Amino acid sequence: MTLPTLTHLQRLEAEAIHIMREVVAEAEKPVMLYSVGKDSAVMLHLAKKAFYPSPPPFPLLHVDTTWKFREMYALRDRAARQAGMQLLVHQNPDAIRQKINPFDHGGLHTDMWKTEGLKQALDLHGFDAAFGGARRDEEKSRAKERIFSFRTASHRWDPKAQRPELWRVYNARKARGESMRVFPISNWTELDIWQYIHLENIEIVPLYYAAERPTVIRDGLMLMIDDDRFPLQGEEPVMRSIRFRTLGCYPLTGAVESRAQTLPEIIQEMLLTTTSERQGRAIDHDQAASMEKKKQEGYF
Amino acid sequence: MTEIYKTDALIAEDIDAYLETHQHKTMLRFITCGSVDDGKSTLIGRLLYDSKMIFEDQLATLEADSKRVGTQGEAIDFALLVDGLAAEREQGITIDVAYRFFATEKRKFIVADTPGHEQYTRNMVTGASTADLAVILIDARKGVLTQTRRHSYLAHLLGIRHLVLAVNKMDLIGYDRAAYDKIVEDYRAFATSIGITDFTPIPISGLAGDNITTRSTNTPWHDGPVLIEHLETVELDQTADQTKPFRLPVQWVNRPNLDFRGFAGTIAAGQIAVGDMIRVLPSGKTSALSRIVTLDGDLDRAVAGQAVTLCFADEIDCSRGQVITSAKEPVEVADQFEATVIWMDEDELIPGRAYWLKLGPLTVSATVAQPKFQVNVNTMEHLAAKTLDLNAIGVANITTDRDIPFTAYAESRDLGGFILIDKMTNRTVGAGLIHFALRRASNIHWQATDIGREHHAGLKNQTPMVLWMTGLSGSGKSTIANMVEKKLARMNRHTFLLDGDNVRHGLNKDLGFTDADRVENIRRVGEVAKLMTDAGLIVITAFISPFRSEREMVRAMMQPGEFMEIFIDTPLQEAERRDVKGLYAKARAGQLKNFTGIDSPYEPPEAPQIRIDTTAMSVEEAADLIIARLIP
Repeated sequence: MTLPTLTHLQRLEAEAIHIMREVVAEAEKPVMLYSVGKDSAVMLHLAKKAFYPSPPPFPLLHVDTTWKFREMYALRDRAARQAGMQLLVHQNPDAIRQKINPFDHGGLHTDMWKTEGLKQALDLHGFDAAFGGARRDEEKSRAKERIFSFRTASHRWDPKAQRPELWRVYNARKARGESMRVFPISNWTELDIWQYIHLENIEIVPLYYAAERPTVIRDGLMLMIDDDRFPLQGEEPVMRSIRFRTLGCYPLTGAVESRAQTLPEIIQEMLLTTTSERQGRAIDHDQAASMEKKKQEGYF
Repeated sequence: MTEIYKTDALIAEDIDAYLETHQHKTMLRFITCGSVDDGKSTLIGRLLYDSKMIFEDQLATLEADSKRVGTQGEAIDFALLVDGLAAEREQGITIDVAYRFFATEKRKFIVADTPGHEQYTRNMVTGASTADLAVILIDARKGVLTQTRRHSYLAHLLGIRHLVLAVNKMDLIGYDRAAYDKIVEDYRAFATSIGITDFTPIPISGLAGDNITTRSTNTPWHDGPVLIEHLETVELDQTADQTKPFRLPVQWVNRPNLDFRGFAGTIAAGQIAVGDMIRVLPSGKTSALSRIVTLDGDLDRAVAGQAVTLCFADEIDCSRGQVITSAKEPVEVADQFEATVIWMDEDELIPGRAYWLKLGPLTVSATVAQPKFQVNVNTMEHLAAKTLDLNAIGVANITTDRDIPFTAYAESRDLGGFILIDKMTNRTVGAGLIHFALRRASNIHWQATDIGREHHAGLKNQTPMVLWMTGLSGSGKSTIANMVEKKLARMNRHTFLLDGDNVRHGLNKDLGFTDADRVENIRRVGEVAKLMTDAGLIVITAFISPFRSEREMVRAMMQPGEFMEIFIDTPLQEAERRDVKGLYAKARAGQLKNFTGIDSPYEPPEAPQIRIDTTAMSVEEAADLIIARLIP
């Protein structure tokens, strides 16, 4: 009896589940990075599938910058509860003390809250494997990163010393203090993510759907004013029908004008649009090959 | 833009209909092989560009980059789209495996883009390991080259069933049919000689776009498929795997509570239905499949490629690394194999050294024998070889420390393909493709003897032990070992001293001092010491034994607790000053090669049970210290 050939989404799903099971079997103390975005939503959903009927046998870790959208915090707490998983939230105490924020500190904001915060959290809990939702289609240097990405004890990534990765066999061995970053959805594209969310009916932050929201335009980005910490420089907030293609710190995340209020409409808009996903993030504009440099330093 | 790619009209007018089509797409993984000059990056860039996988902002960067560092003058240099890392951009070559994605109306594609030079053979092997199809690029002006042969050999070796011969840059030879036909015939002759029975030739131009997505009017004589059409219709491995016998390597045992016990893994081949009889290997136990569990509800049937959780009707033992098969068609089980080994590390293969072998979810300890031959990847000639260095491919026998379930690589990549991991550095140092099991393992059985090791030791009223002294030449190993034995003899202990120099006069007189011979030297001494502990003896050894991995190998041979590593710690300067045998002087004069400490490394123990500092302790004191630890 011949069954229909698996679709691309079924195969991507199976691959991600296979990877998650390998990590749980081989790592001493795994954790799933959870940023509340759509990729994290898909990752969490895949984790539930991989270990059912057990709950996923690792905690979720949110490396918080304190500057995420309020709707993200709400969904984060609810999603962890529903999955029956422990939620760990880490905020870099140095960044809290120095009141690091995206308005006054530019690149330092990302470095302190995210890069340093992540390293602190991994060291603090002694996690030796961390799942991330990065995809190879996001950016050129990601296209070469392994699914099991080895990091030194100081969290550095050496693109020239990556382990060959053949078949479905992953080498997860490492010395004490060293760790792995593991990317189960490496081979998914943005369209795959949306299509999967649609098919599997996965809950995502409402900010992905268009609604009337208060905005200002600054440095070419359309920013949403999510709370009263946003210092207006004489600008008058304007209500616009907007949505987000990617979610990060609200003062750094550019919105797009949109009327898409359903997933098919979002997908439709995405397919007809002509700018890439990361363009809404201020982080990539710093310099050429910036992501590669950040990753060598330990950014996810 | 052609209708092969996503139709903007449909997306705009009826997104639900579009999504419906899209969700039924299948997926093909392929690899492109060729060198910088063959236009490989240009071809991939073109596929991405034509499928609209490039967005406006990326296009702006591309246009700017094209003018700055591109090779196409003012025109867009598609190659820049796919050259990733900064280091590579500087060198103008791709040095790793990069994965790219595009989709047409029928399929999603994952392209493994790998470099073509011989020094990147391991990268190509990596890319080929997951590919259903390989596109072999040839520059129409140059024809079949050495690298074409190498790429084809590697693709075939890694089990890629579909080969496309893309004769590129047809525009530069004026779409000359005769020249094209000659290249195809040349290639056919070569392909047949290495066992490639079928391939699909296509005349293309990555730059001009001929026969990529649409049939080119420049090649009216071409009656085969165009590239995309072929990629969209070729049979997938996943489809072919469905018809094979059922195999699932177990990754993880799911035990949320006492009432549920499921075995999680990805189906490597075949299909299974609830009620089917299964067999677990290596144990051979059978049961019936009772459930196929998923979050979305139980399934009646599952097929190759799916990641599932299986439950059995009976409580039979099954754990990570074991393989669930159909009861009637199980896989073989063995501990000795012949395999093709591809070496991927800067440090060469050391025959006889123990490496971790990982086959699917199963990790065992394994040794690789001296290769039977190495393959010249350019000429396919077989060459004699004592070892394999980076990018070398050879055939060798492999011995694992226990029976493992497997199939030939030709039958299943999942059950016949393994990686080798260095036990010290944890690097992935090699890949292997199993040919077949050696009969030897199954025909030589352990002879059970009536008088066991406990009996031997009991008669002597002692606990067997290996006192393993390691240290530089002239550190004092033999002197201390001799003193320890004398003292133990006075205490009526049954001992035997194995000395490095003495063993090389007999048992190991065929061995020299290369790294590989040193490993074999220690392996044999380890085996002898093991037999002596079985006989109940306290064995004292005095060998430089410079490598950590071999000392660990010997430790692993012994019963737990019967191996004591003793580091005779004499600094090189001091050992050289003593130079009892005059060897350091000879080594310094260049008359002795591979001398430990001079031109061959010594890896000191990281955590020896005993450390003897000979600059602070006499021979007498050292011996007493060791005996105090042995007999508290």
